[in-house]
Amino acid sequence: MSAITQDRSGTLAPFGARLDGLTDSVRKAAIGALHKSGLPDRRVEEWRYTSLRFLAETPLAAPADIYDVAQVQAQLENLGLSTGPLADLPRLVFVNGRYAEAFSVPPADVEVSFFAKTQTFGTLSCPDRDPLTALNAALATDGAQLHVPAGKKAGHVLLVSLGQTDASVSFHPRHSVTLEEGAELTLISIQAGQGRYLHNPVLEISVAAQANLRHVTLQAEGQDAACLATTYAQVAERGTYDSFVLGLGGALSRQEIHARLAAPFAIVHVNGAQMLGSRQIGDVTSVITHAAPDCTSRQTVRNVLDGHARGVFQGKVYVDRVAQKTDGYQMNQALLLSENAEIDAKPELEIYADDVKCSHGATVGALDEDQLFYLRSRGVPDAEARQILIHAFLDEALGLIEDETARTLCTQMLARSFPVAGENA
Amino acid sequence: MTQFLDISGLCARIDADGQEKEILKGVDLSIPPGEVHAIMGPNGSGKSTLSYVLAGREDYEVTAGSVTFQGQDLLGMEPEERAAAGLFLAFQSPIELPGVNNANFLRTAVNAVRRARGQDELDAVAFLKTARAAAKDLSMAPDMLKRNVNVGFSGGEKKRNEVLQMTLLEPSFAILDETDSGLDVDALRIVAEGVNRLRSPSFSALVITHHQRLLDYLVPDRIHVMAQGRIIHSGGPELAQQIDREGYTRFLAEAAAA
Repeated sequence: MSAITQDRSGTLAPFGARLDGLTDSVRKAAIGALHKSGLPDRRVEEWRYTSLRFLAETPLAAPADIYDVAQVQAQLENLGLSTGPLADLPRLVFVNGRYAEAFSVPPADVEVSFFAKTQTFGTLSCPDRDPLTALNAALATDGAQLHVPAGKKAGHVLLVSLGQTDASVSFHPRHSVTLEEGAELTLISIQAGQGRYLHNPVLEISVAAQANLRHVTLQAEGQDAACLATTYAQVAERGTYDSFVLGLGGALSRQEIHARLAAPFAIVHVNGAQMLGSRQIGDVTSVITHAAPDCTSRQTVRNVLDGHARGVFQGKVYVDRVAQKTDGYQMNQALLLSENAEIDAKPELEIYADDVKCSHGATVGALDEDQLFYLRSRGVPDAEARQILIHAFLDEALGLIEDETARTLCTQMLARSFPVAGENA
Repeated sequence: MTQFLDISGLCARIDADGQEKEILKGVDLSIPPGEVHAIMGPNGSGKSTLSYVLAGREDYEVTAGSVTFQGQDLLGMEPEERAAAGLFLAFQSPIELPGVNNANFLRTAVNAVRRARGQDELDAVAFLKTARAAAKDLSMAPDMLKRNVNVGFSGGEKKRNEVLQMTLLEPSFAILDETDSGLDVDALRIVAEGVNRLRSPSFSALVITHHQRLLDYLVPDRIHVMAQGRIIHSGGPELAQQIDREGYTRFLAEAAAA
């Protein structure tokens, strides 16, 4: 019996026979779950605002093993990875989901292995609940597995994913990052590419006691691409997971994170910003689970939406009965630059403990006419005045990135994508 | 007609909560080059509206009249074009710009008008030197250049920041909309001195104020009384004391009888 005949929803058709004949038990279980649920449509609550119709339009083949070396070099250069401060950092480069050794410089203080060799799935992800994670489990071929030993301050690592294709393809990297007790790492994930592809990575993060992972993701995927990324993070006692996602690219993107504060005094930051135009859809979805007392979570997301772009923010903070003294804050703010832009914001608090401090909110608005007039009355032309105000709005979010190298990268990439914004302004 | 600033029969209205409200009802006013004029008048007489209309705020609709500024049709120009042409409005309530550094803001503005005027742009070093010196003249704390524009500024600091902008943008015509409100005596003198430093045959100003006190430091060539959307009386600098003593009642009665 082929996978297609078992696919009752019909949503798996783009993947064709790629889902057939897999023998690994994890993969078989994932396919079983997928066959049951199909890929989610908008009747599924978690996907109410983000349609995956994009995926149904064409078959998504497995990418070819070969790629154009000169193009990869040009892409790396374009991302500022060939010269300047980022060029000297250790990096793991994946092209179409496969490790590209020729472009990589493995870090000295981090133990690195690859999913292609180990075929080990972690234990944090939820393929039964999350269909995109099941799809990843079924089709994953490679990924970086980083391990930072106890007490090691490992500096920076760049995790670069490049899509590069003429055909419609999908790749499903399986990454993991483990920090042992007291370890430190700054991980800069860069997602970029050209052509029509689906990038569907799963990243499992485990932060042990008193360890500190700073994680900045720059999503600058190609304009015809979809990036559906799911991260599962678990943080132990007095550990910190401080993350920031800057979303700029892709026709469709979703950065979904499930973070679990598993022991007292853990800290999780899930901040972000996105600037989208034309018909881009950018979805930031998070579920932060306070499973222990005295933990802190922070989430500030700022959206700038132009043209017919649509931003989605779904943020859930779940506070378990035992998680007394929880300190939670969540804020989503959107700046709409055009009448056709849209933001769907769904902040949610679910609290079962009685001694907590949790707040959340959402704001949406256009550029402030008084501020605009003030700038123009000082001689600043209208278009420049708008850009100054948009920058100011996003700079306050980018200021949440503690690592200076990562912040500079984000600021530069943001500035570069500015000409896109302002269309239909 | 002065060939500098000539306002003739100016009428303007604003759409307030769906209702159109006529605020300027035929303002006639001419300011020659090199002169400082003051406008006084009761609350709601249209003084601030006049300043906004001159600066180009879009929510006011001009329904009649004309404004000629140095031979150009001012009302046909965008706000930034008016600034480049030499007009400056010191806001009654300066706007806060969170996330915008004051020094960057000032430099962006200065270079925008310099570009438009065909002058060379200032580099960061040259600009900072000029800006620091001008800020010092206004007794501004050095860190005010580093802070976000007007964010967390006291009322007096905001007004000084307006005068700083005016100094750096080198306008030929400045409108000061109640720049004295909320200032203590020392700040008032510093602000007035800031304006006096700009006085020259090629600089004119229109000072909107409620108080004669500012005009002690910033002595005007002419004083106009505005009420109900029109200039109802004009006179020399001695008019300030008269208004201070007697209020506006007599002018209002004369205007009603006329």
